[in-house]
Amino acid sequence: MSTFTGNEIIHQYLRHNKKFPHVLCAGCGHGIVLGTLIRSIHALEIPKDDVVVVAGIGCSGRLAVYVDFNTIHTTHGRALSFATGIKMANPKLNVITIMGDGDALSIGGNHLIHAARRNIGVTALVLNNSIYGMTGGQSSPATPLGSTTMTNPYGQLDSNFDTVELARGAGANYVARGTVFHVNKLEKIMTEAIQRPGFSVVEAITPCHTQYGRKNKFKNPVEMYKWMKKTAISVERYAELPEDKRAGRLPIGVFVERNRPGFEESYAQLRSKLQAKGGK
Amino acid sequence: MPRRKKRKEIFALGNEAVVEGALLAGCSFFGGYPITPSSEIMEIMASRLPALEDGVFIQLEDEIASMGAVVGASLAGRKAMTATSGPGFSLMQENLGYAIMAEAPLVLVNVMRGGPSTGLPTCPAQGDVQQARWGTHGDHPIIVLSASNVQECLDMTITAFNMAEKYRTPVILLLDEVTSHTREKIELPNDGEYEVFSRTVPSMPPEWYKPYEETVRGVPPMPAIGSGYRFHVTGLTHDRNGFPTQRPEEVVELMDRIHRKIDQFFYDIQLVDEVQTDDAEVVVIAYGSVARSAELAVHQARENGVKAGLLKLKTLFPYPRRHTEKLLAHAKTLVVPEMNMGQMSREVKRVNMGQAAVRTINRVDGQIVTPAEILKVIMQG
Ligand SMILES: Cc1ncc(C[n+]2csc(CCOP(=O)(O)OP(=O)(O)O)c2C)c(N)n1
Ligand code: SF4
Repeated sequence: MSTFTGNEIIHQYLRHNKKFPHVLCAGCGHGIVLGTLIRSIHALEIPKDDVVVVAGIGCSGRLAVYVDFNTIHTTHGRALSFATGIKMANPKLNVITIMGDGDALSIGGNHLIHAARRNIGVTALVLNNSIYGMTGGQSSPATPLGSTTMTNPYGQLDSNFDTVELARGAGANYVARGTVFHVNKLEKIMTEAIQRPGFSVVEAITPCHTQYGRKNKFKNPVEMYKWMKKTAISVERYAELPEDKRAGRLPIGVFVERNRPGFEESYAQLRSKLQAKGGK
Repeated sequence: MPRRKKRKEIFALGNEAVVEGALLAGCSFFGGYPITPSSEIMEIMASRLPALEDGVFIQLEDEIASMGAVVGASLAGRKAMTATSGPGFSLMQENLGYAIMAEAPLVLVNVMRGGPSTGLPTCPAQGDVQQARWGTHGDHPIIVLSASNVQECLDMTITAFNMAEKYRTPVILLLDEVTSHTREKIELPNDGEYEVFSRTVPSMPPEWYKPYEETVRGVPPMPAIGSGYRFHVTGLTHDRNGFPTQRPEEVVELMDRIHRKIDQFFYDIQLVDEVQTDDAEVVVIAYGSVARSAELAVHQARENGVKAGLLKLKTLFPYPRRHTEKLLAHAKTLVVPEMNMGQMSREVKRVNMGQAAVRTINRVDGQIVTPAEILKVIMQG
């Protein structure tokens, strides 16, 4: 491994021919997630040519443009279906999707469920900021009950999805959650997720002060980071907490670890079997 | 001249012929979701592709995902296709637009059924003609082909792949239920008898490569993802490097190029067959299974002393304007029979500009247009 650290590593992976500055607001957590992704890929020594970043639409979707991998900015909610085609077309590639919570859980919810069920060898990052950032702060399926948004001026009435439970239930091989405050832990999770066969889901809790924080009693971005620090708790410690102490806490860590072969692997096996029989 | 090897003959369904054509053209990826009357294409692909060296078949959760997967596979270097019918076609439209913008070659087969909505599931119709042209949002060129018999299902599928690859664009093959569910004897071409075109890959080193560069043909070379050329692909309006732009001159340059790459090759793209049109005073303009009824009607009309002819459209869009205009020199009447309320006769009228009388025959009751119906209108002159 190289001796580069922090920003020096990241600089090697940014696109210098792309006009900076980037589109993200000051204090946005999306850039931190991108940083952890870059450092994980660097640590795994995966060549840039072998990485495909497939992003959806939203502030999160814009991340793909800045990094020097094969990058695809798809349609809203559909990143996983593009990724499925790419992975099946060329299973040697490391295919990583970047999706917002609206992108992954609302318009793209069906694809998330079926990517998990199919166990396609893709790593799905869900950047959960509890809101639709890019379109100006409407509520998303991850907006907590009672929160105020542009489309819920009287408070969110329906409950939010738990990304981890959803992915687990649908059959993902690896499911983990981290926050952009706990960066090292997030990086470790990301590294594991990329290495894991089959479908991996990493939910990264990230603050959107501009659209969510301002309307929900967080005076500035720093308060949102402090909130993450305070509420997050490791899944192991969470498990030991008595029921009444769990409310309001956010378990982070690894929730599901399975090693079923990815769909592309099972498919390759079928293909060799058919070919051994001389085709059909 | 060397004697031509005898071609293998098979008895095939239209949908089966589509699969044969696709495989001959080099298709190695199919992603889809079942819907009548297109399902046989998917079912036959499911049994054929996994047995091929790198054939991939995948049944997706819906048509939106199917189209996404096909675009992804295309970007990763595959010749990819999907097949659907009306309601599924509607769902594919957003990602179809993406494929146009990203310039991803692919083939989308739509076996039309009656509509709107779930409409008449297994009944023949031609109601998706304008959806094929304008279904996705924005201004864009598109290539739409059709076939009127089983042999043509095979031939036009090969053509569809070739045009997709040549022009870096999605190509739609519009079939109707009669054609895709007819079983007929067809000839399979021998190896080397048909042209197979594959996209041009860049020859310059990766550092020099610009994914959306201007070229003489307007078609930039296209490397497969993962082959050493790293670039950004987006549905946003982009500059030559593929990065989003809203600068008017860059927006116009991109829009001009994606139109020009189709417009300047009309002679290659606009395919028609003509039957007795040389001196025709009444010309029937038809496509799909209706063109078969029309051909019989034209022969019957000739027997009755009427100078009738048929212009069969094998390319629906870009509309074969010059072929139509040529006929207007002697045609007094154009007859446009179709299984819709007049989706193609609009195009005919646009080109005709009041020169000949245009008579339409329209059926939307899930029934075919018969030769007798067409003959009756031809005989009116
Ligand atoms: C089909 C479609 N519907 C709606 C939109 C508008 N849209 C753009 S981004 C977005 C939501 C983004 O929110 P999220 O996925 O949570 O990402 P964030 O911006 O918060 O990172 C929406 C609804 C779209 N682009 N396409
Ligand atoms: S709107 Fe929210 S999610 Fe989007 S860049 Fe700003 S802080 Fe980040």
